[in-house]
Amino acid sequence: MSWFYIVLLFALILLSFAGVLVFIRIILGPSLPDRVIAFDLIGTITIGMIALYSLITGVTSYLDAAIILSLILFLGAVAFAYYMRRSHKPKK
Amino acid sequence: MIIEIASATIIIIGVLFVLTSALGIVRLPDFYIRVSAITKAATLGVACIMVGVAIYFNEVDVALKAGAIFIFLLITSPIAAHIIGRAAYEDGVPLWKKTTFDEFRDYREGKLENEQNKSDRLGSDSKEEKSSES
Repeated sequence: MSWFYIVLLFALILLSFAGVLVFIRIILGPSLPDRVIAFDLIGTITIGMIALYSLITGVTSYLDAAIILSLILFLGAVAFAYYMRRSHKPKK
Repeated sequence: MIIEIASATIIIIGVLFVLTSALGIVRLPDFYIRVSAITKAATLGVACIMVGVAIYFNEVDVALKAGAIFIFLLITSPIAAHIIGRAAYEDGVPLWKKTTFDEFRDYREGKLENEQNKSDRLGSDSKEEKSSES
């Protein structure tokens, strides 16, 4: 167990703590866009965790999953934005 | 050894950026300020982590994958934040009570006035052209 492994473990713990903080915003969030943004940030944190995990295990193929996740996050954000615009138009 | 030190330093810097953005999304008072917090700090943090990964593995294909994630996140995160912010504004998400000015509303009203002016000017121009032609 080298010091580099301990640093990576510490970084993973900090990222998990960040995920817990963002989850607090998902619970509290007063409106729908707050939750969408918090969900986006959770996905970004997950990308970082996947990258650190591929560093720890030495398997570089996990980075492909991170690429796909970053693609899907953008699509999810755009889809939520269109949903918010469409669902409130008939009321006006 | 030097590679490990450089990689660990950059990764810790990136993780601290991500942690800052998580603190910002909990503590900041307004939706639009929170968007600002996550779209800059989190993107920069993940970019730093990717640079650390690319430095540690020291291979071309890993560096290409990390660069792909880096560039794609750097391009799409502001676009997604912009789209969600505009949808939230049209949805009526309130501004913070200490916000003193609302530039987007002014922009829209100014834009509407400009369009009316432009249509008036175009109409008058076409009339003038017709009169000059006749």
